[in-house]
Amino acid sequence: MSYLGMVTKIVSFDAHGGARGQAYYAEPATSQKVGGVVLIHHMPGWDDWTQEAARKLAHHGFACIAPHLYCRELPGSPDDCSARARAKGGVSDDQVMGDVEGAMAFLRAQGVSNGKVAVMGFCSGGRQAYLAGCRLEGLDAVVDCWGGNVVVDDPADLTPERPVAPIDLTKNLTAPLIGIFGNEDKRPSPDQVNRTEQVLKDLGKTYEFHRFDGVGHGFFASERPAYKPEQATEGWKRVYAFLDTHIGPRAKAE
Amino acid sequence: MCSYILEKIRLFGSAKGGDAWRRVDTAHVYFDHPFDAPLDHALSIDFLNEAAGARERVAVELSAESARALAHAILAAVERGEKEHGELPATIAPEGMFHY
Repeated sequence: MSYLGMVTKIVSFDAHGGARGQAYYAEPATSQKVGGVVLIHHMPGWDDWTQEAARKLAHHGFACIAPHLYCRELPGSPDDCSARARAKGGVSDDQVMGDVEGAMAFLRAQGVSNGKVAVMGFCSGGRQAYLAGCRLEGLDAVVDCWGGNVVVDDPADLTPERPVAPIDLTKNLTAPLIGIFGNEDKRPSPDQVNRTEQVLKDLGKTYEFHRFDGVGHGFFASERPAYKPEQATEGWKRVYAFLDTHIGPRAKAE
Repeated sequence: MCSYILEKIRLFGSAKGGDAWRRVDTAHVYFDHPFDAPLDHALSIDFLNEAAGARERVAVELSAESARALAHAILAAVERGEKEHGELPATIAPEGMFHY
């Protein structure tokens, strides 16, 4: 038993609207072909945690690209770019979808790619991952980690930038979906998670939902108080297994 | 969860980041997961100069309890100052607070 090495770098890719996107990319150092994951960061931006999660996925045998969704606010540090994007009300769904498409193409163009691609996101990124599953063609798997506003109960949450509740587009979902949720979360609440599951079930979609007791929102985030090692470790294992099934096989140490 | 909550106020003053003082005319106050502070959620304030393009900021991320304590301390200090010095001339544009 050994460990996979990995290669990480900052890359550029063709993003929405003809822009040059910036992204963090990690791939396992392997001669095996692997599936890739587009990792969507949460609202606060392209932070340390996002890069750490990308490396975690590479360590477990998948390529991963984490696009900097606020790169149009460059030059500046990632946190300053976040502040500028926030001041503008955040980025639009259309722009994020375009960036995810560009990142998918980047993954498939890499020598290590087996041609399969998943999208994964946390929090607002979880919503965007669900939305990508419903709007974009060519995805092989979707990972929604506690995406808020997949179900929208307050119409005020619908804005010109984010005009739809992703749940309403579920009929268009073609890729298998995994959902990871904390039962003490308020957004999404357990009731909203149940309603999402009911829609997936009614429409005959391929999905698996994993609900964890004793945790709320964002319990994978090891640098924050919400982190719960037992549930987070188990949650990651479910994600790796799901990705192994749908975009794998994941690379193994050689 | 991630939030798009943002309160924006106009103000008058200066802020220091690093070695340099800069004029500020705007503050963005928001509540979300912080970028740096080891908290699940934080009250963040960005002090900006919109007249100069708002590219640079002086920023803080505070726990909710800290933010409340800070707000009370600001009000207490301003009230004591006004008691000692009398009513101060207005140096802020009257637009006040507005919401996104």
